[in-house]
Amino acid sequence: MATTVVTQPAGKEAYNTDELIEKYGFDDHFHEHHHGDKFQSNFITKYIFSQDHKMIAKQFLITGMFWALIGAGMSIIFRLQLGFPEESLAWLKPLLGKWIEVNPDTGVGTLSQDFYYALVTMHGTIIVFFVLTAGLSGTFSNLLIPLQVGARDMASPFMNMLSYWFFFLASVVMFLSLFVSTGPFAGGWTAYPPLSALPQASDGSGVGMDLWLVSLVFFVVSVALGGINYVTTVLNLRTKGMSLWRMPLTVWAFFITAIIALLSFPVLVSGFFLLMFDRMLGTSFYLNEIYIGGQALDHVGGSPILYQHLFWFLGHPEVYIIILPAMGLVSEVLSVHTRKPIFGYKAMVYSMLAIAFLSFIVWAHHMFMAGVNPFISNFFVVFTLIIAVPSAVKVFNWIATIYKGNVRYNSASLFAIGFVSLFISGGLTGIFLGNSTIDIPMHDTYFVVAHFHIVMGVAAFFGMFAGIYNWFPKMYGRFMNETLGKIHFWGTLIGAYAIFWPMHYLGIAGVPRRYYRFDNFDAFSYFPEMNQFITIAAIVVFFLQVLFVINFFYSIWYGEKVTERNPWKANTIEWTTPIHAGHGNWPGKLPTVQRWAYDYSKNGVDYVPQVVPLGEGEEDMGRH
Amino acid sequence: MNVTALPEQYESPRRNKIHPLKFALWVGCASLAMMFGGFTSAYVVRQAAGNWLEFQMPSIFLVSTATIILSSITLQLSYYHFRRQNTKPYRMLLVATFVLGVLFLALQYMGWLELTARGVELRRNPAGDFVYLISGVHAAHVLGGLAVLAVALIHAFRLKKFTPRRKLRLELTLTYWHFVDLLWVYLVVFYWLQNR
Repeated sequence: MATTVVTQPAGKEAYNTDELIEKYGFDDHFHEHHHGDKFQSNFITKYIFSQDHKMIAKQFLITGMFWALIGAGMSIIFRLQLGFPEESLAWLKPLLGKWIEVNPDTGVGTLSQDFYYALVTMHGTIIVFFVLTAGLSGTFSNLLIPLQVGARDMASPFMNMLSYWFFFLASVVMFLSLFVSTGPFAGGWTAYPPLSALPQASDGSGVGMDLWLVSLVFFVVSVALGGINYVTTVLNLRTKGMSLWRMPLTVWAFFITAIIALLSFPVLVSGFFLLMFDRMLGTSFYLNEIYIGGQALDHVGGSPILYQHLFWFLGHPEVYIIILPAMGLVSEVLSVHTRKPIFGYKAMVYSMLAIAFLSFIVWAHHMFMAGVNPFISNFFVVFTLIIAVPSAVKVFNWIATIYKGNVRYNSASLFAIGFVSLFISGGLTGIFLGNSTIDIPMHDTYFVVAHFHIVMGVAAFFGMFAGIYNWFPKMYGRFMNETLGKIHFWGTLIGAYAIFWPMHYLGIAGVPRRYYRFDNFDAFSYFPEMNQFITIAAIVVFFLQVLFVINFFYSIWYGEKVTERNPWKANTIEWTTPIHAGHGNWPGKLPTVQRWAYDYSKNGVDYVPQVVPLGEGEEDMGRH
Repeated sequence: MNVTALPEQYESPRRNKIHPLKFALWVGCASLAMMFGGFTSAYVVRQAAGNWLEFQMPSIFLVSTATIILSSITLQLSYYHFRRQNTKPYRMLLVATFVLGVLFLALQYMGWLELTARGVELRRNPAGDFVYLISGVHAAHVLGGLAVLAVALIHAFRLKKFTPRRKLRLELTLTYWHFVDLLWVYLVVFYWLQNR
């Protein structure tokens, strides 16, 4: 039987990882070429045009937080409209200007209907692409891939820098579109033609849509440059001993995410090219016979469904691009803070691979109502429902990891547990919507809104928060405030359910999404109190996120200092770097990896970092 | 020395023989291939929907296909001589590749003109629009290839030493150029299969 000779040394710095790296590490002569940090001594190359993956991660995170506040703020404005359609919004006039129409006689301000659509469209675009794609996978892939696989930096630090700056450019263009006189694009975040293809279709379809397209093309370039780096770094720059089966689940998740992104985003670009031709050169890829003001346009024979196919070929994988990194972060955080190996490590990897594969053959479940052949729908229903299998495997494994664990209830682990709760709640409604027969009455109602907000909106945010609270000490050498973190967690968890749980009832009652107000419709006018409740909950949750942002920035400068390298007693090798690691991550040799990442509570030892060699006769959990 | 060169200048403990930047280029090519996969899938779907103009492709496109295949061969030969440090044939073949690349673009442009002259102008029918769009986006990628070939030319005539770094750069150029070549061959074969 396996007997361990590895025992955990007593004392503050439980393992002397420096000694282990010196003894077993790999000397790549890094420091004969790079004395200190001299390339980054000036402000611009260190903080702005940085090529250090850790700084780029922070840039992605902070830009993402900026967008999250804007995107969430927009939702508060349209929730005010939905919850309190009779109330005057004149007090928003200084912020929104002409989009608030104030009645000169009564002084009552109403939100412009066009701008309501613009807000909904921008809320979706910003949160899906800028926050939950760039802000989540951009941040943590950059931070954790090189640190956890034992690399000095990404395969191409220069391309990595470009990846951020293309995202920045996309951000600037999208931000500018908020200020053009005709307003930003207002045809929904999916940008279906004809609203997106005909500049004269609506106010936002002109300049607003042009800027939207330009911004998203820059964004895809950013995703591609980042993704190429992530895949190459994982496959090519792992340190000695870091076999694929010894990689932490975070790295697996980022790796699979990057592959999905690289295969799906280019198809969106091809769809955009066709759209640009229709908009700017007058072709008819997407546009059929259309009459505007009684006049027939020149367009003949195009198919708006073609755009939907191309869009959702990205669009569905996109939701896994959002959720897989969150799943990876949650798996790692749960294992560390329950002091248990992740349950079913290989099952976790295989289920992520299965989800990634299935994500490419289910896109038309977004189009059940678009007139696709019902026999083809059957195919998509079956594969959509099969996704429940790997998802359930993952949920089972997370719960089994927590079960009988020695759980540390801190902000990071609470958010990870909250993620599991939300993923179950939101995932179950996915089984309803994945059936084309049930989707027919449910589509375009608040049931759909509730489903995707819980399962990929709030859940992905929870994964992101778990990651931020857990790796903040690695990023800034300080802790975030725990009390504020717990208030943030409990408020957000209860608040998120308070917002989205009632929406299921609205949806089952048939209340359609995207409507400006409901009191003109007899069928949907029964729920004013419920809409008020949702709006109040949304406002509370919004201010809790402001609290989080305050906690984040306060802690960067004034948080409790990290005094030991490995504050969570985690096994992964990012915690063997100095508290403030320079460019190149390890000051001396590169660590070599001796075991998998999840030797927690093994043979009575609390944790065994990956740099500790296997004891004699000790079982290697990460063998192939 | 600058920090861009960070991964190339120290000996990496990587396990795979392929250089990370080469691998990155392969991944990027796979991603670009998906974009053209998107175009050709859209083509198939749209063609099946009817209202589709049948027309003969200009024969100039066959000449341009031969041109770009030839340019790949000259570039491969140029690389062969680079490895043997035969400066003269290496330089001449590189110049030939560049000229053939420019010729390819000129031929594509003539192809578009001929297509228009035959009445398949832009906006007439998606069948023609797809040809302009796909060959146009492909031409943009060839233009990018010409830019890296131009850099390779500058290196060929200005640099004296045959360093591993220079070899890597040429190999990256080679891979990308073969990729845009293959891409065009795929598009021609695809068109032929769809319209025979």
